[in-house]
Amino acid sequence: MNSLYNKKVRYRDEVLKALIYLSSLLVFALVLMMIVFILVKALPYLNLAFFTTAKSTLKGTDGILSNMINTIYVIVVTLLIACPIGIGGAIYLSEYAKNQKFVEIISFALEVLSGIPSIIYGLFGMIFFGEKLGLGYSILNGSLTLSLMILPILTRNAQLALSNVPQSYREAARGIGAQKWYMIRTVLLPSAIPGILTGIILAMGRIVAESAVLIFTAGAGYFMPSSILGHILKSGGTLTVRLYFEMNNANYSAAFMIALLLVVVVLGMNALAKWIARRFDVNGG
Amino acid sequence: MIEKGAAAIFVGCALLSIIAVVAITAYMIIAGTPALKQVGITDILFGTIWSPSSANPQFGILYVILTSIIGTALAVLLGVPVGLLSAVFLSEIASEKWRKILKSAVELLAGIPSVIYGLLGIILICPAVYQIELAIYKNDPTHQFTGGANFISAVLVLTLMILPTLINITETSLKSVPMHYRTSSLALGATKIQTIFKVVIPTAKKGIMSAVVLGVGRAIGETMAILSVAGNSINLPLPFASVRFLTTAIASEMSYSEGLHRQVLFTIGLVLFVFIMIVNLVLSHMMKQGENNE
Repeated sequence: MNSLYNKKVRYRDEVLKALIYLSSLLVFALVLMMIVFILVKALPYLNLAFFTTAKSTLKGTDGILSNMINTIYVIVVTLLIACPIGIGGAIYLSEYAKNQKFVEIISFALEVLSGIPSIIYGLFGMIFFGEKLGLGYSILNGSLTLSLMILPILTRNAQLALSNVPQSYREAARGIGAQKWYMIRTVLLPSAIPGILTGIILAMGRIVAESAVLIFTAGAGYFMPSSILGHILKSGGTLTVRLYFEMNNANYSAAFMIALLLVVVVLGMNALAKWIARRFDVNGG
Repeated sequence: MIEKGAAAIFVGCALLSIIAVVAITAYMIIAGTPALKQVGITDILFGTIWSPSSANPQFGILYVILTSIIGTALAVLLGVPVGLLSAVFLSEIASEKWRKILKSAVELLAGIPSVIYGLLGIILICPAVYQIELAIYKNDPTHQFTGGANFISAVLVLTLMILPTLINITETSLKSVPMHYRTSSLALGATKIQTIFKVVIPTAKKGIMSAVVLGVGRAIGETMAILSVAGNSINLPLPFASVRFLTTAIASEMSYSEGLHRQVLFTIGLVLFVFIMIVNLVLSHMMKQGENNE
């Protein structure tokens, strides 16, 4: 029975194999179903006015333009705060740090930061930046709080990118007399840019998707900015926050249109991150 | 001069992560402990009655804590088999083309904002669960119908949300199993499936465990996805009961709470923070052990 031509059928193997395929299919089907469902629920209502007007009782419009602008504000301000700190920290960890114990403590701190749930960040932002520092509900408060949240992603990706720069680059630069910071600025950072960019895009994805932090820190304001810089100190609800409130008011058509926009943005960012990885890092460094 | 200045700035940047952790910990303790003192630790942590606005307010959060613990455990129990098997597919079985397709699906699953999970939960999962509820409790006049917004729905949404974490980390740890383990096992006559389940998975056990722990962390901290799906009244976490998790208990009342009530919400935040710190410590302990073993 058990020969080269007449193989024994192992039932346990077959069952396990079926389960493996079934699980993968389930995951794939769930994602597909979610996307199709959002499309079906959103497409019939799609109209340009929804994306080009702000919510205003005075004008009788009910669009999400102000929320889109707020989202961009939050992304830009957060990255402006967090990128220098994250990349700076990564430079320290990969180029300067000598004390192994200290590096371990920093790594642990980053791990803790990435494990803290967003609602805790929200509470902290509310009482520290909002009440202690008097920022109240504002885009700046939301961005400061989010900066802490995305710090681990930025630092880790930058650190990884820096450590992927070949040691010979460093030796060559030091060999021709470059000082450390000069070498980092002119040799290491330019070579590490794709990795750093990947981290930034991942962080942007986190920011776009975040809601629990922002409800407690940036609030739900839906007014158009009256001044470009002053808007940072105003309350501003992002797309996710608006989606949450539309959902609570059982206004599902608006909720699904925002959901569709968010999914498109997330898909775009995933594609961008992949493109950068392919474009600059063909053989994995 | 510039060199020294640059070095100092970078140390400062690195220190900031430590400062942030210390500040968050300090503030959670400062904000969370006054209510513990005022109401009494046992009355909060082991009390079962939550009536913050009555004349004689009571702030028992035992049911909330139980809901979070049991809900997280169930979500992980449901998620781990699916996550593990999908990771096996990605790392061991799939052709490059199918790997790419499933991988993008998982990436999308990870990137979708949690409010959208909440939205889909309300529209898709709750009505389905409500049908089951109707069928089960048809002849039970004492049952409080939840309309599908209950413990089961919340656990299902949580399961979905932790899948990407489970799949990605498990896949990475399966991939890091050296190729010659597989070839040796196959050369000894083991089938591919036997090799996967008897050689590859046991070797990757540490990584799979850390995937589970990370999944626990994600599930216990999730807020927006389950805020509208869990039903939002405080009950024992029975399948068809409307419940509140630690996270949703904070989010649903923070906007209008004041005085002692607000302080108790911060205490709930502190309890959640303690849970998360325990998860973090377990995780970093496991990582250290993994390093020592290699």
